[in-house]
Amino acid sequence: MSTAPLRLVSTDERGVQLPTESALPSVESECQLKALLKGLSGVDAVGAEARAAKLATRSLKKSTKLAAIDLAISMVDLTTLEGADTPGRVTSLCTKAMRPDPSDASVPSAAAVCVYPDLVAHARSVLGNSSVAVASVATAFPSGRASLNVKLLDVKEAVSAGADEIDMVIDRGAFLSGRVGQVLDEVMAVKEVCGDAHLKVILETGELVTYDNVRRASWIAMLGGADFIKTSTGKVSVNATLPTALVMLEAVRDFGESTGRLVGVKVAGGIRNTKDALRYLVVVNETAGSAWLTPNKFRFGASSLLNDLLMQRLKQHRGVYVRPDEFSGD
Amino acid sequence: MSEIRLDVRKTYKLLINGAFPRSESGRSYEVTSFKGEFLANVAQGSRKDVRDAVVAARGAQSKWWAQSAYNRGQVIYRLAEMAESRRDELAEHVGLAEGFKDKGAQASVSRAIDRIVWYAGWTDKIAQILGSSNPVAGPFFNFSVPVPSGVVGVIASQDSSLEGFIDAVLAPIATGNTVVVLASNNRPTPSILIGEMTATADFPGGVLNIVTGHTGEIAPTLVGHEDVDGVDLDGVDGEFESELAVSAASSIKRVLRTGDSGLASLRRLRAFVETSTVWHTIGQ
Amino acid sequence: MSGDLTRSTLGSMSYDPAPESAGVARLKSEYGLFIDGAFSDPSSHQPFLTLNPATEEPLSSVSLASSADVERAVVSARHAYDKIWSKTTGAERSKYLFRIARLIQERAREFAVVETLDNGKPIRESRDVDVPLAAAHFFYYAGWADKLDHAGFGPNPKPLGVAGQIIPWNFPLLMAAWKLAPALAAGNTCVLKPAETTPLSALLLAEILQQAELPPGVVNIVTGDGSTGSALVDHPGVDKIAFTGSTEVGRLIQQRVAPSRKHLTLELGGKGANIVFEDAPIDEMIEGIIDGIFFNQGHVCCAGSRLLVQESVADEVLRRLIRRVDQLRVGDPMDKNTDVGAINSAAQLARIKELTAYGEQEGATRYTSSCALPDKGYWFAPTVFADVAQSHRVAREEIFGPVLSVLTFRTPEEAVAKANNSNYGLACGVWSEKGSRTLWVAERLRAGVIWANTYNKFDPTSPFGGVRESGFGREGGRHGLEAYLNV
Repeated sequence: MSTAPLRLVSTDERGVQLPTESALPSVESECQLKALLKGLSGVDAVGAEARAAKLATRSLKKSTKLAAIDLAISMVDLTTLEGADTPGRVTSLCTKAMRPDPSDASVPSAAAVCVYPDLVAHARSVLGNSSVAVASVATAFPSGRASLNVKLLDVKEAVSAGADEIDMVIDRGAFLSGRVGQVLDEVMAVKEVCGDAHLKVILETGELVTYDNVRRASWIAMLGGADFIKTSTGKVSVNATLPTALVMLEAVRDFGESTGRLVGVKVAGGIRNTKDALRYLVVVNETAGSAWLTPNKFRFGASSLLNDLLMQRLKQHRGVYVRPDEFSGD
Repeated sequence: MSEIRLDVRKTYKLLINGAFPRSESGRSYEVTSFKGEFLANVAQGSRKDVRDAVVAARGAQSKWWAQSAYNRGQVIYRLAEMAESRRDELAEHVGLAEGFKDKGAQASVSRAIDRIVWYAGWTDKIAQILGSSNPVAGPFFNFSVPVPSGVVGVIASQDSSLEGFIDAVLAPIATGNTVVVLASNNRPTPSILIGEMTATADFPGGVLNIVTGHTGEIAPTLVGHEDVDGVDLDGVDGEFESELAVSAASSIKRVLRTGDSGLASLRRLRAFVETSTVWHTIGQ
Repeated sequence: MSGDLTRSTLGSMSYDPAPESAGVARLKSEYGLFIDGAFSDPSSHQPFLTLNPATEEPLSSVSLASSADVERAVVSARHAYDKIWSKTTGAERSKYLFRIARLIQERAREFAVVETLDNGKPIRESRDVDVPLAAAHFFYYAGWADKLDHAGFGPNPKPLGVAGQIIPWNFPLLMAAWKLAPALAAGNTCVLKPAETTPLSALLLAEILQQAELPPGVVNIVTGDGSTGSALVDHPGVDKIAFTGSTEVGRLIQQRVAPSRKHLTLELGGKGANIVFEDAPIDEMIEGIIDGIFFNQGHVCCAGSRLLVQESVADEVLRRLIRRVDQLRVGDPMDKNTDVGAINSAAQLARIKELTAYGEQEGATRYTSSCALPDKGYWFAPTVFADVAQSHRVAREEIFGPVLSVLTFRTPEEAVAKANNSNYGLACGVWSEKGSRTLWVAERLRAGVIWANTYNKFDPTSPFGGVRESGFGREGGRHGLEAYLNV
């Protein structure tokens, strides 16, 4: 029979309950890593999807909705990752990120812009000292199919060019063929090369397919030193979904409780409108809690989302819907 | 001078993948009433149309089966709603096709609509009739479930232009199959109307595909097509039927022969269903 | 990144009120009895008020049916059976039921609001669960009416005649659907007695029956209290009694019916055990336990009111459970973000408080959610008792409220023994990722319904009902027809 007394949890402590000593579990071999991963609880897909669907019925109105829209805007990593990207395109993007609505200074800036490594320097020059960070994808994004040397060089160059944040991809081939040690080693190697830059680790959940895999990959990334775990590259057919985000938020919550280290979550790909974005914020709020309701711990990787957020913000203030052309296209 | 208003006449097209195209061959043929009067130019479907229809049916099948039985029942019930609201139009065409006077035609339509309702109510019950848990001699949970064969090719009754058509196509659809049907050669218009109604009844594209044309020309393409899992040969008989049955054998198709089922029998519902049995150990 | 708890500058996201509008309901100020296809006055004027349990405000005035009124209803049902309904083909009965199902769907929002106002359950639940399931139940049984020959009861099975049906207050509309749909599909006519505190959705259903043009007398609805129910149970003109409610009352009904030849089915109480093994999928399991006992404020006969957790994971499960309980939003049922609504009546609230007090007295460790409760209305904060022993009253008696009792076990056999150690036998849950163990446990549990890695899931195709003192007979599925056929 259990002897531990029941702790009464007050409303102030409703968030993550951190351990008194923070300790990253030591993983010294692939064997140990496999055992740790095997020890993680499974995810019942039906239950996870039902929970996400129920959270999606939350209705945000009035001041909650306004605050949530502003929060979402401040969490956007405004992204352009096309072969056809040019300095001109990046200039527009950075300008928009700093001042999303030129006619309204009260609109918060986006959190970051996200570009390919060879456009980092240009983005940096446009953004200057603004609060908007420069995030760069790296490690042979999006496929990750290149040698480790090439991938690390990719990261180094982005960091030297001025990137504040690096979005790397894990090796899904290694993961799916059971070489989890290799996946972990690569995350650690990239983390080291990042220096002061923050590291986001893209799991590419659409290729991992099962929620069990998402949970395991989340833990590998966090053990490897990730500052953020990220759902997707946005370049495959299945990107961020609510249940996937739910599982990742459960993972960061549990990791936080075990180790004292809070890892952020970024959802990317397929979040097109305010309704979607607010649903993600609800999932954050009711899974990991308020400590994650900040751009330091939650991000949206998106492009067209920003204009819909601006449109909804204006609708809340003016009471009518405006034309899409009210806002700049890029 | 009295003004006679000219009516707008309908073009009768095929139904493939939720859309209404003409035959890719561009051909059409004359359909006359029971009495021999001109009724319509109907698309004369080609072998390629049949092939396109099979592709559409295959593409739609896994999604149709993935819907809940409840949803499938709702869709079929909505077809009954559509048919009821257009019953006079159906009665007119059944009367012209089969030589009924109005009362007889209306009675035929009523029977057909009630039959659609009957099928709508089967989708979420057939598993309870055809499935079972089986008390095997060992620590296993053993259960059998009916799953659809896949794509079913139907050669509809030549004579029963509505009732026979409904029965032949809805039985496999109710059990989760998708259907390519060759409508009656000479009495196709009621089935084309049903096709139109499926579009407003929320049938997903590809669940029911209707190819009108000359049965003799296109039936072998449908029956011989290896991506068709079963065939209902209601609309052919004699030597032609035997030939078709032989060609079905090369891909081990499930074959339902002419006149193989009466209204009370469940044979049509059972014909295109496979029993899948699972064993699961029971132990601590 | 250091491990300090960094709070968001916005604080935790609290939700502004998001109320559904009560105006959708269009309630009348008073209702008569629905007999012979129309609303009429009762034999004697003894109206009673039905209240909104969240505010204690009266919603409407409802008639009390006396024995004379029950007599009139039974006569009407008998007449309708003899002259009309027994001569109506299955195909026609089927189409009436399809109409009713469709009408419920069309007026779904109205039904959801009425149900929430009258019962106290959150609008999200009445909108997403109660009303859709009620419509689905009619759809399912509509599809049996024209194919009874194939239902496995032999050719041309016959109905019983007139069915007297008494339903509880926890799922008023859904229980009405569970009773009426199979009875009508099988060819019976009905006299339905809704619960005293929740008559309104049944009276709205009566309007639907009129819109569906169901022949007069096929369904009669007599509102009232326990005396109305007794009159119905005792009436010799009734061929069949169907009752859902407490085991206490079920026992009395069975005693009253015994000397007659009336057919009887009972769906009674339970003390469901939710069994959690160490390999349960942890997050979904926590949700399942929460759903199991706090869904519908715990007013569920099949509620998972006992948590049997494997001792090796008990601490961790309890910790996560308590954290999750604190997140439950208790309050205005008409708010779309409410998770737990009001207790249905003052009487039920008193009962819950009484039984919960025993829990503490007997030495269990009590945790109650820190949620704020409104001033007016009937409320009980979600409560968990840990360190509960098999002999404690909170482990044995049905509380029918948002109170969970937590016990532990060591082995699968012990879990089964503890789960079965009850006179009830309605529902259980089993949480494990090991299929063979789940099936092994399921085989040995004495329960009519077993949920594996889920809880409180209902479907019109799935038979529901209990064993032992949880009652006999099944509702739902092909099996549900048996209660209304003479086979």
